[in-house]
Amino acid sequence: MAETDQYTIDQFYRFISEGRLMAVKCNSCGKQTLPPRQICPECHSENLEWIQIGTEGRILTYTIIYIPPKGFEDMAPYAYGIIELEGNIRLPGIIRDVDLDDLKVGMKVEVCFDRETSDKWPNWPRYYFRPVES
Amino acid sequence: MHFRLCYPVLDVLRWNTLRKPLASIVSAGLSKFGKREGLSGRELFVEAAKEAFENCPNLDPKRDIQALIIGQMSESFEHQGHSAPAVSDWTGLLPVPAVRVEVACASSGAAIRYGVLAILSGVYDVVMVGGFEKMTSRTTAEVTEYLAMASDFPFEQWNGVTFPGLFALMATAHMHKYGTREEQLAMVAVKNHHNATLNPKAHMQKEITVEKAMQSRIVAWPLKLYDCSLISDGAACAILTKPEIARQFTDTPVHIIGSGHGSDTIGLYERSDYTYLNSTRYAAKEAFKMADIEPKDVNVAEVHDCFTIAEIIAYEDLGFCKPGEGGKLIEDGETSLDGRIPVNTSGGLKAKGHPIGATGVAQLYEIYLQLTGQAGERQIDNCNIGLSHNLGGSGATCLIHIYERG
Repeated sequence: MAETDQYTIDQFYRFISEGRLMAVKCNSCGKQTLPPRQICPECHSENLEWIQIGTEGRILTYTIIYIPPKGFEDMAPYAYGIIELEGNIRLPGIIRDVDLDDLKVGMKVEVCFDRETSDKWPNWPRYYFRPVES
Repeated sequence: MHFRLCYPVLDVLRWNTLRKPLASIVSAGLSKFGKREGLSGRELFVEAAKEAFENCPNLDPKRDIQALIIGQMSESFEHQGHSAPAVSDWTGLLPVPAVRVEVACASSGAAIRYGVLAILSGVYDVVMVGGFEKMTSRTTAEVTEYLAMASDFPFEQWNGVTFPGLFALMATAHMHKYGTREEQLAMVAVKNHHNATLNPKAHMQKEITVEKAMQSRIVAWPLKLYDCSLISDGAACAILTKPEIARQFTDTPVHIIGSGHGSDTIGLYERSDYTYLNSTRYAAKEAFKMADIEPKDVNVAEVHDCFTIAEIIAYEDLGFCKPGEGGKLIEDGETSLDGRIPVNTSGGLKAKGHPIGATGVAQLYEIYLQLTGQAGERQIDNCNIGLSHNLGGSGATCLIHIYERG
């Protein structure tokens, strides 16, 4: 089975390393899912496919992390939000290149790709968000 | 005893004839919470167990206890997995079955649930439930890392969020939707710190003010240091029996009359709304239906205030007020010791402390004290019905129990 036929989190991050934001669409009920799941959580169908989704979204809620977890010490304080993308897909992540005082619910942001991967588990790249120039 | 003077006999009969208890608490114990240097988790559990045994002379632990179910969140703190048989051994219970259940911060809430179900199954008549966590030997950075493991790894942890950060996301959403204010979050901390000054077993016995809480260091805006619960060592336990035999062990049993357990996505981000927790609403519906009571019937509650916003959301999800009115409920003093529905009389996770695996049964312990008139300076008058609400992670798990004075 080709890797792209596997609806896994690892495959999602492989797409991120290629600069593509991909979600799983159920061909039976139409539900779009992210994180990917191998069985449609809505209708239990296994008739699925990867689809590329738009990178623009809006902030549903946010915080500013002052005391960071390990590995993020150099970035603090930083903004972190939950972003609503097309198809009612929601992704959490760091919002870079934003004046912390300008943050607000509803702000438009876009997904960006930090394609660098590490040779340590889990070998994933990262995505992040930044405000859309208006 | 104090509580007996408060209640007409007819009232007691009325409560006792309405419903059949699921299981009965005949004794309970709690270690002192705090920085307990030199004591391991299993040794803290023994401290709690000794209290439970001493207060229940009719119970012979070796003869009567048929199974042990404990909660512990993480092996990382003490580099010790497989803890249930060790705890059982140190408590003198070998060779009865011992098992650890784990649903993050709700681990010992789940121990209560599955202790109750074990009794309801008819297999056991007497089960010991409990939980512990030994956290303070680790640095704050290590504790933060281990606690974060209860959130979604691939999307939340990998992308730089902490547990305070997850609850901060809920706080921002609640403030945006309902106009809840940071001062109202601080009021939860002030109330719970006050209650803890009346609890000799609380980790921190120190009054604070709204101003002090508001000026404390920001952890994850809008949450500040005083919005966060404490990193503590501690253990809790309870002896559950089949209701029919409870009075062989004590004249003052407390009955468990409702149990609810709900689950949700491990990642906060996938949920449709961040201003409430569906796991709480689901568990509450189950528990209230089983107990055949309504939220207004609850006289005292321990809710999961891992962060102040969590207490405000719990008020709403448990039906103590309408959605969006949690901030007003704390501001109006309704949940204070002298309020309509006192919440976290123990000091809560906020000030009593939050040794993760102990918390669910520690909440039960406070309700047990309140319903048996043993809560000392923080005793609530006219206590018939109590409730405990225990969350796991950012709300992917919720355990609720409802208790009635026996």
